Amino acid sequence: MSFALELKDLRKSFGKTAIIRGINLAVPQGERVGIIGPNGAGKSTLFNLISGRFEPTSGDVLLNGQRLNGKKPFEINRMGLSRSFQITNIFPKLSVFENLRCGVLWSLGYKYTFLKFLADLDDANERADELMQMVKLDKKKDVLAINLTYAEQRALEIGITIAGGASVILLDEPTAGMSKSETSRFISLIKEVTVGKTLLTVEHDMGVVFGLADKVAVVVYGELLAYDTPDAVRANALVQEAYLGSSVADMQAGGH
Amino acid sequence: MEFYTISLLNGISYGMLLFMLSSGLTLIFSMMGVLNFAHASFYMLGAYFAYTVTSVLGFWAALLVAPVLVGLVGAGFEKYFLRRVHKFGHVPELLITFGLSYIILELVQLVWGRSSVDYRVPVALDGPLFTLYGTQFPMYRGFMMAVALSMLISIWLLLTRTRIGLVIQAALTHPEMVEALGHNVPRVFMLVFGGGCALAGLAGVIGGNAYVTEPSMAFSVGGVIFVVVVVGGMGSLAGAFLASILIGVLQTFAVAIDASLMSALQTAGVMLTPETFGYALWKLKLSQVAPILPYLFLVLILIFRPKGLLGKREG
Amino acid sequence: MSSKIYEFKPFNVGRVVIWTLFALVLLVAPLVFTSSLSQTMLSQMGIAIIVCLSYNILLGQGGMLSFGHAVYSGMGSFLAIHTLNQVSGGWPLPVSLVPIAGGLSSMLVAILLGWVTTKKAATPFAMITLGIGELVWAMSLMFPEFFGGEGGVSGNRVAGAKTFGITYGPQIELYYLIAVYTFVCTGLMFAFTRTPLGRMLNAVRDNPERVEFVGYDTQKVRYFAFIIAAFFAGVSGGLAALNFEIVTSEVVSGYRSGAYLLFTFLGGATFFFGPILGGILMVLAFVLLSEFTKAWLLYLGLVFLFMVMYAPGGVASLLMMNLRVAKFGHLRELWVSYLALGLTALVVLLGAAAMIEMLYHLQLNAALGPELSFLGGTLNSKGLNSWFGSAFIMLTGLGLFELCRRQFAREWGQIQESIEKEIKRMETL
Repeated sequence: MSFALELKDLRKSFGKTAIIRGINLAVPQGERVGIIGPNGAGKSTLFNLISGRFEPTSGDVLLNGQRLNGKKPFEINRMGLSRSFQITNIFPKLSVFENLRCGVLWSLGYKYTFLKFLADLDDANERADELMQMVKLDKKKDVLAINLTYAEQRALEIGITIAGGASVILLDEPTAGMSKSETSRFISLIKEVTVGKTLLTVEHDMGVVFGLADKVAVVVYGELLAYDTPDAVRANALVQEAYLGSSVADMQAGGH
Repeated sequence: MEFYTISLLNGISYGMLLFMLSSGLTLIFSMMGVLNFAHASFYMLGAYFAYTVTSVLGFWAALLVAPVLVGLVGAGFEKYFLRRVHKFGHVPELLITFGLSYIILELVQLVWGRSSVDYRVPVALDGPLFTLYGTQFPMYRGFMMAVALSMLISIWLLLTRTRIGLVIQAALTHPEMVEALGHNVPRVFMLVFGGGCALAGLAGVIGGNAYVTEPSMAFSVGGVIFVVVVVGGMGSLAGAFLASILIGVLQTFAVAIDASLMSALQTAGVMLTPETFGYALWKLKLSQVAPILPYLFLVLILIFRPKGLLGKREG
Repeated sequence: MSSKIYEFKPFNVGRVVIWTLFALVLLVAPLVFTSSLSQTMLSQMGIAIIVCLSYNILLGQGGMLSFGHAVYSGMGSFLAIHTLNQVSGGWPLPVSLVPIAGGLSSMLVAILLGWVTTKKAATPFAMITLGIGELVWAMSLMFPEFFGGEGGVSGNRVAGAKTFGITYGPQIELYYLIAVYTFVCTGLMFAFTRTPLGRMLNAVRDNPERVEFVGYDTQKVRYFAFIIAAFFAGVSGGLAALNFEIVTSEVVSGYRSGAYLLFTFLGGATFFFGPILGGILMVLAFVLLSEFTKAWLLYLGLVFLFMVMYAPGGVASLLMMNLRVAKFGHLRELWVSYLALGLTALVVLLGAAAMIEMLYHLQLNAALGPELSFLGGTLNSKGLNSWFGSAFIMLTGLGLFELCRRQFAREWGQIQESIEKEIKRMETL
């Protein structure tokens, strides 16, 4: 059985600056991993390496046993990995429905065809409807994405991310900028829509991480300090040392 | 032998002129993200202003006054027009400079007429600088190289040694941060845009009389400098320098060579007739092909090295 | 003014009505405007509509700013006219299908050059199209065998089989051929916007990075769209070859590419029908405006400049914004402001135009003496009175215009707010 996602001695340097210094990680299918670490630790770079935005300087990224190094983002997506972005990345001038429909077209095999009408693609339209229900935006079907509220846009972003049926989902700070109540609602949404999928989430909100994740990975200065259950990580001395200050109290309390 | 040396020197002086133009373009692009489609139009304005100022005050005054005038026009445009479209994105910015190029062209034709004007090299600089194996190297070419070189060195010094230069460098990548630190970023933008245009104007002052000064000069050199910028790598000054020299030398050599593939084959003993397939291609002389060489170069670079010779970023 | 994007969403009944109206207009126009000048212009408008719509596949739908679209319409023209000459020489191809030959050949050129062109996006793309445009134009001067050299390539559209006695000799017959092509091409290009490729092209315009993460290769999307746009441009070029019966290297010039950009943008790149307006304006400007005044390019440049600054969605967006205001019942509140704006703008225009015309007169018609007629009166281009008078009129007009504009902006803003409140209210129902 191959792991959903495997990182083997992954390294990335920009010029002489080493950002990722040899990370080894093996995530089994269906596991939910929360990635935490101080700012500048390289979490976003890690995501960018996995999703194909950057190429590793050395080491391997394996998705379901297949090597991802050097592949283009769309190739990686087609292999079953999808991601969301820290800064909302949707199609602003398209409606909610259209946004989601764009997310499903490739996975349903429609490719670059210009000989069919979108209105006639029943499976795509049904799937888009389904997704709208899942992210609770069905009342806003025809609203242009640019006109949604921030939380709604983030929900749409999740919708587009899962639309193609990817088995490994990367979420980059999904609750960034949300209020307390919005955050807890959003977390339940994420839980609902990613049932059965392998999930990696970068988060700063400790409460979110400990509530959502099966395992927690701690990344500090480009290295993996710990990869264990939330409780074990909380008690880990190395991690406590790396996280000085209020965050320690956060972790001990299990959230704010 | 002398052909190669003289052509090389000519090519380098042309390349330096191209670099004067493309460096301004690159600076504006790196700084503001705007591709100034009207950059070559400012080159043209520089030449025409110089022509008029020369006839009143002499060439040396023109050398000083014309670029300043062009710079003022550029700065004014930035402040009152370009700034307004900044919020719409990069495409409208490009479009507004595109519109400007039309307007400048029409105004130039309106004021100075549709045919070329007699903007000549000043008598003091007319004549050979030195003679190499019987061929002369014009003094004016040497002058051009000197002006271009000194201008570029002073800009380099300005950017790296002065405070305003440091602010400009910072604003290049982090304009909001620079503004938060209290610098007047819009004013800096205006300065850079005006400065880039002044540089183009200066190129016009020294280039307009070496080459011909006419309304179509913007169009003909405009295409080449865009090629230079893409080939060199968007946003790279060193790349623009390399590309300018390469293209300058390449074109200068090509224009002087009357050989064609057909003549090459002839020396090998193969004769081609009008019936031969592709005759139209074989009989083309290199000198005829010269004008498209930069564009061929562009296509080749795009195929084999899309980020340009020394490009750092992907467009 | 608010910078929201609007979508043109008529009901299906409305759509049928609009297309029928379009067909009717195409059918009836030459019967209403019967002079030979009108018929020539209508024919040219059909051609312009197709090429501007094809250009907007790139600009408005794909966010690809091309400075070299004339390469594809021009190559279509050249290959069409060569095909036409072959038809005259005995090929069994009906003349009515020659434009398709033009379209197919442009498509081939696009397949060849398109991959390299679409390697980059946004600003580098624009420069690459410029470079390739220059390349093709310079090559057109190097191969007179194909491009006809100075005199271009001529042809005769009265050739080949005559079905139902139609020879396409008379302009009116050719007009109806063009009208059919215009209707069909417009329909096809509209249909394209409703296909997966068309929609993904919009997505690439809005957010190319996201597109990669839903599994699409953005370069391929652009490449295919580029080829389709080139096809229609080639069809337009083929029709032009039939219309003028001569093709010179001007048809691949940067000047022409610039015109496509200018007028498509002017018509409106954000709505499907914008380029239709653009094509019509293009023909009106080139044929009528240029006769009216020598300064027409300057006026055009100025109009374009102000459009980019104040109405980047073009004439179409202005129409749609006002339609939206009308739909919510507020249009009548604005008519006074519009009138005031219009009148003051006219005053400014009068003053500016007088000065521009005097300048042009001095430059181009000096041999005719300093006086020129301007809108029924005479101006003395060397007289101080004329100059002071025009400047005074223009400056006063400018001042008044600015006052009216501020008032208008206030009213417009209030109306937009109330419309937005109304929309929010309707959404929660």
